[in-house]
Amino acid sequence: MRKIENVICPVCGSLCDDITVYVEDNRVVEVENTCAVGRAKFLNYGLHRKPKPLIRKNGELKEASIEEAVRRSAEILTESKYPILYGWSSTSCEAIRVGLELAEEVGGIIDNTSTVCHGPSILSIQDVGIPSCTLGQLRHRADLVIYWGSDPYSAHPRHIERYTVFSEGRFQKSGWRSFIRRLSGKLVKKRLSRVAELILRRKLTFPEEKYALPPYFISEEERKLVVVDVRKTRTAEVADYFLQVKPNTDYEVLQALRMLVNDQDLEVDEVAGIPVRTLEDLADLMISCDFGILFFGVGLTMSKGKLRNVDAALSLVRDLNKRTKFLIMPMRGHYNVTGANVVFTWQTGYPYAVDFSLGYPRYNPGETSVVDILRRGECDAGLVVASDPVSNFPASAAKTLVDNPLIVIDPDVTPTSMMADVVFPSAYIGIEAEGTAYRMDHVPLRLKKVVEPPPNCLPDQEILARILREVRRIRRG
Amino acid sequence: MRKLKVYLLTGRTIEQGKAKEFGKTSNLYKDSVAVCYIDPSDMKTLGIKSNTPVKVSTDFGSVVVRAEKSSRGSHPGVVYIPYGPWANQVVDPETHGIGMPSFKGVPAVLEPVPGEKVKEIEELLRDSFGEGSKR
Repeated sequence: MRKIENVICPVCGSLCDDITVYVEDNRVVEVENTCAVGRAKFLNYGLHRKPKPLIRKNGELKEASIEEAVRRSAEILTESKYPILYGWSSTSCEAIRVGLELAEEVGGIIDNTSTVCHGPSILSIQDVGIPSCTLGQLRHRADLVIYWGSDPYSAHPRHIERYTVFSEGRFQKSGWRSFIRRLSGKLVKKRLSRVAELILRRKLTFPEEKYALPPYFISEEERKLVVVDVRKTRTAEVADYFLQVKPNTDYEVLQALRMLVNDQDLEVDEVAGIPVRTLEDLADLMISCDFGILFFGVGLTMSKGKLRNVDAALSLVRDLNKRTKFLIMPMRGHYNVTGANVVFTWQTGYPYAVDFSLGYPRYNPGETSVVDILRRGECDAGLVVASDPVSNFPASAAKTLVDNPLIVIDPDVTPTSMMADVVFPSAYIGIEAEGTAYRMDHVPLRLKKVVEPPPNCLPDQEILARILREVRRIRRG
Repeated sequence: MRKLKVYLLTGRTIEQGKAKEFGKTSNLYKDSVAVCYIDPSDMKTLGIKSNTPVKVSTDFGSVVVRAEKSSRGSHPGVVYIPYGPWANQVVDPETHGIGMPSFKGVPAVLEPVPGEKVKEIEELLRDSFGEGSKR
């Protein structure tokens, strides 16, 4: 059994880099330090992967050689007038670079998954700017951590433990102790009320403290965790304070907080159902911290207001910096979605939704973004890399993708690959192939190769390079 | 049968995250995403228990998933479906000119349909996209 240390987990944007992997007979047999999702991936990857590429013939996907699949893909792309090249956030930066070259060559549109994730955040950041930092800074210094519209327990399971409240920083202690104290307090209360019920022989009811006041002070020793969300998530359960907002009202609440931070009076009793007093206390808490961080998730970008919600959050942090030090960071989902934005930007000047149909890069989300093009039915072919838009796009948008010739490069069997015309089962980046990925705070990390891929499963980069060569050969004769 | 007006949220859950690594054609995946987490008080209003099939309808479509009691609450009037092929039958595809559909906060109607079955992934894909010329 081979032990490989400091492996980077290719699942979410946290890119945990302390994973230990045990390999026996070219198979991962055990992992240490991962979250539940990372463990599921390392131990079960490639369960359904096909041994060879597939090409659809007479309505059915049939096995084919890599050469045949490359040729068919190149034909589809050269015959198409306006192909879509989509995905890119679960592959390496090296593969994305080749993908951009291919998009330019075929005059298509290239978009990454941030278009349906933090695309609106990017638009807002371009408008307002972003005061941000690396996660290491936060681990050691942040004394107030806010997750707004984000549930790291589900989407980035080790984020809290590695980078924020439950990590033991150099200048800030872990919040574990106060969490345990709070838990045991709740337990004692429960037991006492049970005893009282037995004595009084009737059921006791306590009024629910929906908008209880936030903890007023920041202790010098322990960090505070505040969660703002539309429902009580698992993250909210470990928070020092949880503020529940109504769906689609984040914008109002953020703007109200901005007014309070700027010492303006709110001449109402409540904002979006939240008492102003609660908001005042929350604003006080934000101002009184020494080093605050606001993490926002797709709760802001996917609900009413979209980019304007993020505008308000960025502006709130800008205003807070007049009073104290406050930073903000989007919680990026896929392990290399940040890398996709970075590579897109350094190659074309734009982070996503890049249109090469005129021969030069153009960027106009709403026009050149993939969901809009699909809904207008403008594209006539698709290439999907390491993504599953047929599952994850609104059904009406996915239909156009399915109706046109579709090439899929993905190690997993997904609804997208089931609906494709050409399928390349590729190697898993970070397990079977090396590659570079960017963590959510824009720190590039080198993913390791821990096992050998099956013989017909090439890394995405290699498959794309072969398709690009074949496209050039066809076009230049 | 009773109906209930709610807001629909979609997003990740840890169960969905784990199950997708076992393959999107696996039963585990279906169990983790073809589900609607409903507040206990709303389940009472509808007169249903966990695992009853419910039909979630929006202006953009409808889908049958199984009901599950939300263990964290309370959030009456808000239901949650993990993102995936089932949820995306009913989300709002309008991007308001910025490329981003509305995956959260979509007004929806909830209705128990005890006799109906939750579709398998193959059936769902066939019904959404048709047999088509090439398939």
